[in-house]
Amino acid sequence: MTTSSSERGVSLGMPELPAPPYPDDVRARLEADAREIISRYPGSRSALLPLLHLVQSEEGHVTRTGIQFCADMLGLTSAEVTAVATFYTMYRRKPSGDYQVGVCTNTLCAVMGGDAIFEELQEHLGVGNGETTEDGKVTLEHIECNAACDYAPVVMVNWEFFDNQTPESAKRLVDDLRAGRPVSPTRGAPLCTFKQTARILAGFPDEREGAVEASGSAGPASLVGLKLAKGEAAPARVVHPRGAAPEDAPPHEPSPTEHLSSHDAPQQTSASDPDHPAGPAAEEGE
Amino acid sequence: MTLAPELQDTSPEKLLAPVLSAFWDEDRSWTLDVYRRHEGYEGLRKALAMSPDDVIAYVKDSGLRGRGGAGFPTGMKWQFIPQGDGKPHYLVVNADESEPGTCKDIPLLFANPHSLIEGIVIACYAIRSSHAFIYLRGEVVPVLRRLHAAVREAYEAGYLGKNILGSGLDLELTVHAGAGAYICGEETALLDSLEGRRGQPRLRPPFPAVAGLYACPTVVNNVESIASVPAILNRGKEWFRSMGSEKSPGFTLYSLSGHVANPGQYEAPLGITLRQLLQMSGGMRPGHRLKFWTPGGSSTPLLTDEHLDVPLDYEGVGAAGSMLGTKALQCFDETTCVVRAVTRWTEFYAHESCGKCTPCREGTYWLVQLMRDIEAGKGKMSDLDKLNDIADNINGKSFCALGDGAASPIFSSLKYFREEYEQHITGRGCPFDPARSTAWADHRTEVNA
Repeated sequence: MTTSSSERGVSLGMPELPAPPYPDDVRARLEADAREIISRYPGSRSALLPLLHLVQSEEGHVTRTGIQFCADMLGLTSAEVTAVATFYTMYRRKPSGDYQVGVCTNTLCAVMGGDAIFEELQEHLGVGNGETTEDGKVTLEHIECNAACDYAPVVMVNWEFFDNQTPESAKRLVDDLRAGRPVSPTRGAPLCTFKQTARILAGFPDEREGAVEASGSAGPASLVGLKLAKGEAAPARVVHPRGAAPEDAPPHEPSPTEHLSSHDAPQQTSASDPDHPAGPAAEEGE
Repeated sequence: MTLAPELQDTSPEKLLAPVLSAFWDEDRSWTLDVYRRHEGYEGLRKALAMSPDDVIAYVKDSGLRGRGGAGFPTGMKWQFIPQGDGKPHYLVVNADESEPGTCKDIPLLFANPHSLIEGIVIACYAIRSSHAFIYLRGEVVPVLRRLHAAVREAYEAGYLGKNILGSGLDLELTVHAGAGAYICGEETALLDSLEGRRGQPRLRPPFPAVAGLYACPTVVNNVESIASVPAILNRGKEWFRSMGSEKSPGFTLYSLSGHVANPGQYEAPLGITLRQLLQMSGGMRPGHRLKFWTPGGSSTPLLTDEHLDVPLDYEGVGAAGSMLGTKALQCFDETTCVVRAVTRWTEFYAHESCGKCTPCREGTYWLVQLMRDIEAGKGKMSDLDKLNDIADNINGKSFCALGDGAASPIFSSLKYFREEYEQHITGRGCPFDPARSTAWADHRTEVNA
């Protein structure tokens, strides 16, 4: 993680040194991947989003080194790349866990129990929104609607679907992740790490045996209309796939810290300096 | 008046019409083999036997309208592409499904990705495009996996690549994963994002049909719109027009979610009502009643139990003061606090506002402040008019439709539930217990009963 100039004891105004380059072998490997990505597009800049996923697959978040790499590959400035990297929520700005656990707290999931799940997970893991457990396994965050409202409440782990969750099932899920027990989503493939997921997002197909087939053709809610149309009875609703209902769902106590959009405050980047929020005290690069 | 028995018939076999979802229950439904067993790529053969202009006219005559929310006629969008201009043409499929409540394209692509790929080949033949893109939101890796596999299968089988089925048509298809930004569902923001920029909407005109991707003529269509095209070609525009109404013909995916007994996907002719869908699917969860719902995602004005018989097509929902949108029927029962629901949606719009235009960027911020105060019991009566006023300054005055969407829940909730807002203010807090709204709230009582 980048330290700010003041943390390094460098006098203010000293220009920040250029981002350290990737080791030669890493760079050679990433360049080959990057060239393949760029070749998919008529205009090279279109490769920027996949390239940012690619550098994230190398280091787990978008570092200054990764930004410089993208800039070099596409003939852009690091400022141009940073402007794009900070616009999109899937690009992480600091080191994070192997498993990103996202609890949907958009209205429908929140009402159906997403708020309770998010609250209990924060307590259970001892971390807040966007924070990582000490063992480096789980990064917890609340996410926006993930197009699975008929499976509410939904939890995503490394962007695979864990449908119809409860506080109990979600706690078991994160316990399994931290203990290294294999975990399979209700829809999607057995979990790989965040870095491996980022590589799929960069456009490199998942080559694991059975990954495409995993979890079957469609989830139960996707089939209710079809089954009715075919004269089959509607399936009983599966509410608790990972165990029974919570024994003691605590009453909801709204608190001031519950305002989930508090993360709208400007976030740091791998290059930003928390001591100087108004602007850079030093230019990136020379 | 007594209705004829067939009009009263609420049997799902009569009211539903699975087309895109017809074989999602089959083993390996996402594969080319299964798709071909269900007449897959037959629509493409018929299209390739026609002239490109005839394909455009055929789709236009079918009456297919955009399934992404706006309802613009698909064939007309294709017709706007200038021909013989010497520039490359592009087709970009909007698979950035992010509108709160909307969950149709993701299950469709998960279970039946080839319907989209076949539709893409037909559309590209019609608009003379040799490169198409699927812009898929990044947060759905299981779907990305199956799209990668399906595109590879289609290349191997000769449905993509050079000289497709001997027709002389060449087509490259690129699957592109986004990186998390609701605004990229707006078609010009999507194009900027696909060009490797921040996803911010463009000023129109010029429209994408004239200057879209790389400033070339571009069609941007929703997943479900394009995936509906092969069936139209294969089974005929008359068959398509036999469903729905004159102005809203055809079938579509309705997504039922929330406090209903059986949430899920229901594919039916346009014009079915929420009452019919609830009746056939088991209604609201036991012991509860419908309080409010969205017909097509959070950007479409809320409706109430007065609107159960509104035909869910473009005209019907429009006449009821809302929009069909994405047919995302989010149903909330009487345990749900409307102020809490609207506060959360408003926080979403503030978070997702791209910051380009002032009314949306500033307006959504201030709406959130007021809504949070009201929800927490710290609001004033004058705040209610202020909410309306701010929403009015966003609606129609923003750069793109995100701002209009942010205003919709405010206007409509104040229209139908002003008393509930007032209760929060006079009672100095929220009168609802959120624990009663959860999916498991009634579970223990059921077990003990």
